[in-house]
Amino acid sequence: MFKAGDYLVLLALCALLLAAFLQLGRHAGAASEVIVRQNGMETVRLPLRLNRLHVARGPLGLTEIEIHDGQARIRRDPSPRQYCVQQGWLRRSGDIAVCLPNRVSIELAGPRQAHDSLAY
Amino acid sequence: MTRSPTERTLQASADDHRIASLAALAIALGMVDAAIPSPLPGVKPGLANIMTLFALYTLGWRAAVWVTLLRVVGAGLLLGSLFTPGFWLSLGGALASLLLLGACRALPARHFSLVSHSLLAAQAHLLGQLLLVRLFLIPYDNILVLFPPLALATLLGGVANGLIASHLVQAHDKD
Repeated sequence: MFKAGDYLVLLALCALLLAAFLQLGRHAGAASEVIVRQNGMETVRLPLRLNRLHVARGPLGLTEIEIHDGQARIRRDPSPRQYCVQQGWLRRSGDIAVCLPNRVSIELAGPRQAHDSLAY
Repeated sequence: MTRSPTERTLQASADDHRIASLAALAIALGMVDAAIPSPLPGVKPGLANIMTLFALYTLGWRAAVWVTLLRVVGAGLLLGSLFTPGFWLSLGGALASLLLLGACRALPARHFSLVSHSLLAAQAHLLGQLLLVRLFLIPYDNILVLFPPLALATLLGGVANGLIASHLVQAHDKD
């Protein structure tokens, strides 16, 4: 049933597939900047390549946003339940941390915005 | 009723009948494709393409084109998806794989069996569909993230359908 050429085709396709998976692993969700929002309005965009600490003032106090090694997190926040702090480091484009009580949120963005969801 | 002077009767040749019955089988397999639950939206075994491959080997490329296009339109009618995005994707994938199958006639039959045709046509189908999606439905590069897992599913489907089709062709040749 299988002839020599079939194995060749199969092998070539497997190699291409492996390359595609590796390529995907490298580029998937690469984020380049952090969008900081207060009261739902974008206040500043910070590049991810520069390590820094950004402080946003909300109604409850100061929210500290830390950027380190291409990742971002809420380092400190006055919100009572600390959800956005516990979320830890954000890495991929589209990741969001929201400090609702203090009305501050950060979102990672790539060169192109990822989709929230896809409906078929 | 008076006969219209321009009325013409079309004679269906034996090949026309074969193409029609293969297309009917392909539509039935298309229904099976649509009924099989799938873990990912868009992943289908593509059983209907067995009939395209069978037509390609027993009747030639033109017959394969007929069987495939009849199947796409017929399955669209039965599933109620005629002229919806899903239908255009189906048509786009079908046209891409038919073009590739046309080009694959150059492959020497001594070294390449139906399985090669099936594998290549399946990937062409996927590429045609993704291209359509990228150009018209979701114009962002993000959808290319879907490519590797879909290509893997396509590879498996291509081998399976190719083997089934070669069994059918062998059984047909014995008769």
